[in-house]
Order: sequence, then structure tokens, then C-alpha cells
Amino acid sequence: MDLHAIVLVLDSAVRLSVPLILAALAGLYSERSGVFDIGLEGKMLVGAFAAGAASAVAGSAYVGLLAAVGASVSFALIHGYASISQRGNQIVSGVAINFLAAGLTALLGYAWFSQGGQTPPLTPEGRFRNITLPGAETLRDVPVLGEIYVELISGHNMFVYLAFLAVPFTWWVVYRTRFGLRLRAVGENPAAVDTAGISVTWLRYRAVIICGVFCGFAGAYLSIAQSAGFVRDMTAGKGFIALAALIFAKWRPWPVLGACLLFGLLDAAAIRLQGAKLPGIGEVPVQFMQALPYVLTVVLLAGFIGRAVPPRAGGTAYVKER
Amino acid sequence: MRTLFIAAVAAVGIAGGLHAADVKPAVVYDLGGKFDKSFNEAAYNGAERFKSEAGVDYRDFEIQNDSQREQALRNFARKGHDPIVAIGFSQAQAVEKVATEFPDTHFAIVDMVVDLPNVRSIVFKEEEGSYLVGMLAAMASKTGKIGFVGGMDIPLIRKFACGYVQGAKAVNPDIEVFQNMTGTTGAAWNDPVRGGELAKSQFDQGADVVYHAAGGTGLGVLQAAADAGKLGIGVDSNQNHLHPGSVLTSMMKRVDNATFAAFDDLKNDAWSGGVQVLGLAEEGVGWAFDDNNKSLITDDMKTKVDAATMDITSGKTKVHDYMSDSSCPVS
Repeated sequence: MDLHAIVLVLDSAVRLSVPLILAALAGLYSERSGVFDIGLEGKMLVGAFAAGAASAVAGSAYVGLLAAVGASVSFALIHGYASISQRGNQIVSGVAINFLAAGLTALLGYAWFSQGGQTPPLTPEGRFRNITLPGAETLRDVPVLGEIYVELISGHNMFVYLAFLAVPFTWWVVYRTRFGLRLRAVGENPAAVDTAGISVTWLRYRAVIICGVFCGFAGAYLSIAQSAGFVRDMTAGKGFIALAALIFAKWRPWPVLGACLLFGLLDAAAIRLQGAKLPGIGEVPVQFMQALPYVLTVVLLAGFIGRAVPPRAGGTAYVKER
Repeated sequence: MRTLFIAAVAAVGIAGGLHAADVKPAVVYDLGGKFDKSFNEAAYNGAERFKSEAGVDYRDFEIQNDSQREQALRNFARKGHDPIVAIGFSQAQAVEKVATEFPDTHFAIVDMVVDLPNVRSIVFKEEEGSYLVGMLAAMASKTGKIGFVGGMDIPLIRKFACGYVQGAKAVNPDIEVFQNMTGTTGAAWNDPVRGGELAKSQFDQGADVVYHAAGGTGLGVLQAAADAGKLGIGVDSNQNHLHPGSVLTSMMKRVDNATFAAFDDLKNDAWSGGVQVLGLAEEGVGWAFDDNNKSLITDDMKTKVDAATMDITSGKTKVHDYMSDSSCPVS
């Protein structure tokens, strides 16, 4: 494998890890505030559908993005209402969100566009196109660095850069701002936050809304940036992989980036190494390569990261003492 | 009670047989859905053509999951629909079961053989159509490298790939063909993101024409080709219009004609059961040439492909069928 091949695999890994990074960060805000969220998948899916539908109708990618965030946030608020205001079971609510999203997107897709649950193919204006960073052409001839800059760093769409910027941003919010301190506190010990005179409910709602915004971005990336239209069930379990990455990273922003890149890399390798002959082994069966990301997830989660302790108040609704 | 029921069903069946001209056709689509711009849409087009030509309406059903196949077929049969056309190889078990229960209803299944007297099994010689688009791909390629993206890894899709490689090698024996399959489950028919990534990986390796046989996943393949300024090749329906100028051609599988024929034959009392194999000679497969890809196909390419078509229909050229011995002589 030469440098060119390696750079191309990494390039593919970056593209595949973007929805995971956005969704895992979404989960980070919500779960750090003490609201478990297995509905990431569902929120991404409605986001992807809303983006595809709105962008196809309006012909503008930004309208699509806005619709994605709107749809995803409204689903996040349903989850918030059920688990914060009504003190329902957060896991049940999350499962319901996933089912609702899978059914609703297919149903509306059939009803509105009658194309088998797909949204119509998008025009170039309806999509986020790849951005060529300044200097990419002049640097092309520089050995090694030029190639890395042109192939790996330049030439992605807006969401890719946003996702990578969102990681330091999240770190800064969670560890360096007053909001972040309260967010962490409300996930560990909501009673203490309440004693300090801060509304637990409002804090958690804000966390859930931020979660919705990030999921909306992840969904929009899938339908109007990476591909050109929504198809049924297009998230294909990415929300759950993101959740695994979040646990794997022990609910911290930088490790989230690492975990998501690892999963993206495994996925990219599975695609690239299909049918490739490895020295000494021969051709690797396709099935093995496709199972590899999941096998490694299980192995890594089971043995290599130590105990992953969730936020202490996670999963339980806050009830003021009477 | 049970015998009474069977007798009643048989009576209804015989009564139905007497009025063979009163057809109440029905179609059950596969998971991709009616408007997948590909396989199922071809069946829909055939049914629509029958509706406008014969003036007989039909019922159809788009299944949402595997367990609905049998219910849908049985429902149609119970309501007296005849013939019932099931689209897709995965309907075989359901058709077999329901066709046994309703021996006087006529069934047709596309892409699979069900050995029952009241079932017409329609299979296509996809290898012949794929051979032709393989030739076109090899002639259009400037790098001497072309690609293939399959949907679910099943013998049927290997058959497409095998014919494609044979055609390409017939034009250029040194050509390199990259082959990828999207997955091993039904989800592989509907994953355009993965399809696009597979196509991109083939482009990165130097391919400049990519043929897909992957249903909805293929839309991602064609999109990736259009985005990268390369050429894609569509499948099943004519997909040239999806990205005019970026789709070299489409391997047409005339599921529309097969569906139309199934409806029409029963209407005209010309129904025949058994296996129908539709190849180039029967115009069951072919390649699409229209305004959208006129500029991509040179006269020379067209002449060569037309000559190959003649050779295949006359039996001079034999295209190997992967499913006959589960292996491909070339790769």
C-alpha cells in the first residue's frame, strides 16, 4: 500500500465518520445532562428526511438544513417532554422516537413524493457541494504534504469541517463555560444544582435541544451533502454506532472524535479492502470485512477501555423532594 | 368443513376458468418499492401499459417487510385476483406456498423458478445484456479500468458481473475490472451512501466507467459518477435520464414486457405456465440508447455492439451463465 492508497482510505474514513461525530456529540450533550438518548438514530433519520424533502421542494440546501434542524429539534422536544416533564422512562421514549421516525419518514415519503419513500433527486443548488480550500491547486505538486492537503484536508463539504470544529467547541462548552459546569453537575447530582437555585428542567431541556440541532446536522449531511436525496432507512444504524462510540469514549469530546474516526476507518477499510488480496492469507471474504467493524466494537467495548461509568443521574427523572 | 372450503374454492376456481377473459390482475412489488427507478418501476410501467391498452385496472401492493409477501399474495388470491405477478427472487417461497393453496389462480414470478403448474416463472439472461454494456464500458474507458457495484451478494448479481466482465474482455482482453458487492442482507439494495463510497473507491483506483446492479444503492453509484465526472451504467429500467451525459447506457431488463405479457396472455386465453427464459433473442434484455446518451455512444461503438447482438442471438457467441455452474471463467 503506497501513500496515495493510504490517503484515499483516510479520506473515505473522514467522510464516513462525520455523521458519527455529529450524532455522538449530540448524545454527549443530552447524556451529560442526565437524559439518556437512544433516539439519536431516529432524530438523524427525520433530519435526513426533512432535509431531502425541503431541499427538493425549495431547491436550496440551506432551507433543507433549516428543515432538518427543525424536525430533529421537535423530535428532541418530544423526548424531552416525555422524559423531563413527564418523568417517563428515557429508554422507552428513545425507542419510541426511533420507531416513529422510521415509520413517519417512509409514510410521508410515500404520500408526498410517491417514489417508494425516496425524495426526488436533488439539483446541485439543493446540495452542499465540496469546498476546495485555498491553495489546493498550487500545493498539489509538493510531495507528501501536498497530497495530504489536497486529498485529505481540502475538497470536503461544509459539514465535514463543521463536525471537526464541533469537537473543540464542545470541549470548550462542556469544560470551560458556566453552562458546561452546570450541564455536568445536573447529570451527576441534580439535587445540588437545584439547591443552588438553578432550574434542572430548563437546563436539561436546553441540552436536549442542542442534541436535536446536532442530530439535524448529521441527518442533513447524509441526505443533502453525502448523497443527493433521502432514501428509506438511510441512517442504517449509524445512530447506534454513534451511541457505542459515545460510551466507548466515556462521554468526553476528544475521545469521541477518536472513537468515531476509528469506526469510520474500519468502515472505509471494509469498503476498500473488499476483494483485496492480503499477503499470506489470500483474498479476504467480503463477509469478514463487513463484520469487522462490529466485531471490533464488541471486542473494544468488552475489554480494552475499562469501565465506562455513565453520568450518575443518567436515566432517572429529577423529582424535587416534597 | 375443511373439505367444504376446498370444494368451494375449487368451484370458484372453475367458475373463474370459464371466464378467463375477465382478468383481475395484481402485482406485488419487492422491497425497493414501486418507484425505485429500476427493477420494480419496470414492472409498474408494464402494468400501467396494460391498463391503458386493455382498459382493465389492476391492484398492486408495495411490501414494507419480508413477512408481508405471503399475506399480500394470499389476500389478492382470496379476493379473486388473477393473474398475480410477484416481482423479485425473494418472493419465491411465498409464491410457492400461496400458489399451492390456490391451484386455480395464475401466478407469475420474475427472477426465480417456482415449479408448479399454475406458476409462470420468468427469468432473464442478464448475462447477455450485461455482456453488451460491458463491451460499451470497455470501449468508453480511457484508463483501461472499469468497475462493477453489485447489491446483495447473491448468485443472480454475480451473473450480471460475470456477463459484464466477459463483454469487457471481448473488447479489451487486458482490461481490469473492479468488482464490489454492497452487502449480504436486503439492506444492500437501499444504501446509496455505501454505493457512492464503493464507486468512489473504484474511481480512485483508476476506473472511469462503473456499472451497477444494486437497485436503490445504484442511485448513489450513478450520483458519485456524475459528481466525479465519470460514467455510470444503469440497470433494469432505462436510467439514462437520471444524469444526462453521465450515464453511458442502461442494461434494460424488460420486466415491463414480462408483466404486460402475463396480464395479456391470460386475457387472451394464451396463458402458459412453466419457465420462460428471456434473452436478447426474445428482446427480454437489451441496452438503452436515447437522446440522453447519444453523445456518449460513437457510431463505431454502436456498430460493434449491434454485431455482438447478432452473434449472441444467432448463437455464434455464447455468454457464460454464472448460475449454471456457480463460477465465472473470467474475472
